[in-house]
Amino acid sequence: MNLSKPALYIVLLVVIVAAPFLLPAYKTQLATLWLMIIVAMTWDMTGGQMGYNSLGNIFFYGTGMYVAAVITIGMVYDVGDYTNAAGGGIYAFTETQYFTGLVLGCIGAGLFCALSAILIGWPTFGLRGPYFAIGTLGMAIAAGELVSNWEWVGAGQGISMPNYPGDFETFKLLIYFIFAGVGVVLFIFLKWLYTTRFRSAINAIREDEDKAEAMGLRTLTYKLLTWSMAAFFVGIAGGISAFQLIHFEPLETAYQTINLGIFMVVCVLLGGKGTLWGPIIGAVLFHVVKEVTWNYFLGWQWVALGAIIIVTVVYFQDGLMGWLKHKRPEWFGIRVEKKDQIVTEPAE
Amino acid sequence: MSAIIQVDRVSKSFGGVRANIDISLTVEEGGITGLIGPNGSGKTTLFNSIVGYHPIDGGSIKFRDLEISKMLVPEIARLGLLRTFQQTRIYGKMDCVQNMLISLPHRKAKFLEMFRRYSSEEHERAEALLDFVGLYEKRYLQSGDLSFGQQKLLEFAMALMNQPSVLLLDEPTAGINPTLINGLIDRLKRANSDFGITLLVIEHNMRVIMNMADHVYCLAHGELLASGSPDEVQNDQSVIDAYLGAH
Amino acid sequence: MDQIIGNLDLLFEFPIVNLKIIIDGVMIGALFALAAYGLALVWGVMNVKNLAQGDFVIAGGYTAWWLVQQGIHPFLGILAAFIVMWGIGWVTYRLVISRVIQRDLFTSLLATFGLAIMMAQILNLLFGSDTQSIQLDYATFHFADGLIDVPAAKLMGVVMAMALAGGVILFMKRSRMGQAIRATAQDPRAARVMGIDTEKIYSFTFSLNAAICGAAGAIIVMAWVIQPFYGITYSIRAFVIVTAAGLGNLPGVIAAGLGIGALEQYGSHILGIGYQQAVAVLLLLLLLLARMLQQRRQRQVLK
Repeated sequence: MNLSKPALYIVLLVVIVAAPFLLPAYKTQLATLWLMIIVAMTWDMTGGQMGYNSLGNIFFYGTGMYVAAVITIGMVYDVGDYTNAAGGGIYAFTETQYFTGLVLGCIGAGLFCALSAILIGWPTFGLRGPYFAIGTLGMAIAAGELVSNWEWVGAGQGISMPNYPGDFETFKLLIYFIFAGVGVVLFIFLKWLYTTRFRSAINAIREDEDKAEAMGLRTLTYKLLTWSMAAFFVGIAGGISAFQLIHFEPLETAYQTINLGIFMVVCVLLGGKGTLWGPIIGAVLFHVVKEVTWNYFLGWQWVALGAIIIVTVVYFQDGLMGWLKHKRPEWFGIRVEKKDQIVTEPAE
Repeated sequence: MSAIIQVDRVSKSFGGVRANIDISLTVEEGGITGLIGPNGSGKTTLFNSIVGYHPIDGGSIKFRDLEISKMLVPEIARLGLLRTFQQTRIYGKMDCVQNMLISLPHRKAKFLEMFRRYSSEEHERAEALLDFVGLYEKRYLQSGDLSFGQQKLLEFAMALMNQPSVLLLDEPTAGINPTLINGLIDRLKRANSDFGITLLVIEHNMRVIMNMADHVYCLAHGELLASGSPDEVQNDQSVIDAYLGAH
Repeated sequence: MDQIIGNLDLLFEFPIVNLKIIIDGVMIGALFALAAYGLALVWGVMNVKNLAQGDFVIAGGYTAWWLVQQGIHPFLGILAAFIVMWGIGWVTYRLVISRVIQRDLFTSLLATFGLAIMMAQILNLLFGSDTQSIQLDYATFHFADGLIDVPAAKLMGVVMAMALAGGVILFMKRSRMGQAIRATAQDPRAARVMGIDTEKIYSFTFSLNAAICGAAGAIIVMAWVIQPFYGITYSIRAFVIVTAAGLGNLPGVIAAGLGIGALEQYGSHILGIGYQQAVAVLLLLLLLLARMLQQRRQRQVLK
């Protein structure tokens, strides 16, 4: 693939920076696109590269939202009082308080999620295959239920974040660039990570975990680290979303198991599992199609989503990149033995 | 020579089937030890007990005086006790060189080393070992596309890459083209003499084991039937009976 | 927190409350066990982990509910739900399941998850998101000075669930088809060699599973309530039960089903009704953890 050429990256960077100015009416949608790219890329770290299909990564998104909110609010007021008063308008935040909260909240969300991935991962990574998928799904559902019963963080009502101290359009632009920044950092991080021996190790786990263990690989360490890195970025994305949405509640926004929680899987499957670009392409494709067609479904969107999942899984599981890999293996550095080549047996 | 693996009165049964009954054997450091016996005599069960695939019912297994019968597979592997599989297991979607690199030992690996790239020395060693087993020409092919025999050689090379102290080989010649067996025996011997790896080999092919091993244990019906030098075991009447089914 | 302690106190002060909770739990648990049995059947025979299991239950419930609205007798509604869900199961098998059987496990899991989303949404569009139930004018039995009340409808539900389970077990044991299904579960290749049309077995098994779930749903709607989005919890409960009991262990499935029912009632009594779903899920997580530690002692992993 010649996608690695510097010129291409410069063009991409220009597009990223120019996009919200070229399409000013779509700033929010563009920001959401970055959110999709981030969650898809992080899902692929475990699902695609390591073969551990989590259905519960949304847990980190929701948790990130709450952690960011609690940090931001907690630095200024008592969180319980704040949520009791249903937030927002009653309590004021200065500009400094807002931005400190934004920075520390998002970073704190990332760190908290990374840590909780290690804590939760320790028991769940002993589970393989379907048990892991169901276990993580269960975790996300349970978290949503528990949080929606937790008065201190506003229970089912959710939390209202402070309002941006300034003009709303600038706010949208800011959110876009924070998302884009995190996305670009994540891309660079993964591009680097996938050149190290770390990638070989997690690929080996995907190919044959028993063999990897028999060769002495510290599989649990690799699994925990991978999930924790993914959780870090998802947590940050959750934190940004908390500020972007201003008000959020536990079941439909934070721990939205069947929305974003399953979108990320579909994005990765569409684009192609286990590749750097697959999740990105898949996320763009899915998001654009979704935004364009969603309103025409007249209430049947979710039925269509279910159908999309089924069709993707059943007929197009390798995704675009997988299809390309099959058609043009040489682009991916795979060498195929020529049929007419003489098979050389090992020399005696 | 000193004992590197000591198996002491190990028993293992599956339900009502007693696969291993009070088996004791010793693997000498630096040697090649053979484990023979008819089908179903409990050889692979014993192998699996040693490398940690299932709990044992009784007895003890020591690696350099360390009790390993309660440890898990990866822990045992990191001690330097490695096994190959009867049905080869390789990472089929990676090419041979990648298969080799991922097999580098993880015993001493420090945290940050996980995030290093493979060095050129490591690449060279991978290629040298692929050359050693005769797969150099195919080093960039997807390993899943190799023939069964070639995959077996690759798995052997991967094991060497891991620099184990002991290598347990489960029927290394099964399914390999008979014309290649001599070459394989030669390589196994060289792995032992040149790389200093102690070998414990399960083998069906008597000719192979008699050519290689310096000490042979024979199992039958889950019990240790005979042990000694290849010649002694080969001429042991009970061994002959076991193989001919007189038992 | 005070409330939780208060609820706990109640259990010790009035031990009879425990009995009430257990009776309630065991009654709904019998229906969980039915759905779990279907899951174990499909899991064992064709190695498909069906995340749409609970949605089959709910769909069966709505079928019966709708028919009763049209004026048919509730008991006929159960039969109708059985037949309708058999058909839906067959169509699902043809369109989706038959294409994922030979693939890796995540494929079937994700495909059925897509199916679950689809079914829940279709039910939502057709019937709205309110909870529904069929009002039966049967007596309610009172015991222990009215502290324990057992509606006859629930009792009848349990009896019918038992009858259905008994019928299925007898069918599996005695009939040619049942034998063929069990043979296929043990070794599909050998079964094919012996001339069993495994494709037919698979489609039959999956349809049977959907039908069992449908009938369970029809019983549930008579004595309890249903709602389009309740499906996933029923699926998770079924997974809890099967994970606890293992495949092909019918007494275990029944025991685990009743146990989960009781534990869930306890959970929602102590923590509050809002935690009922969370309790089911947490039970699953605890159970997976326990099973994993148990496997670890065997030097194995849970696959």
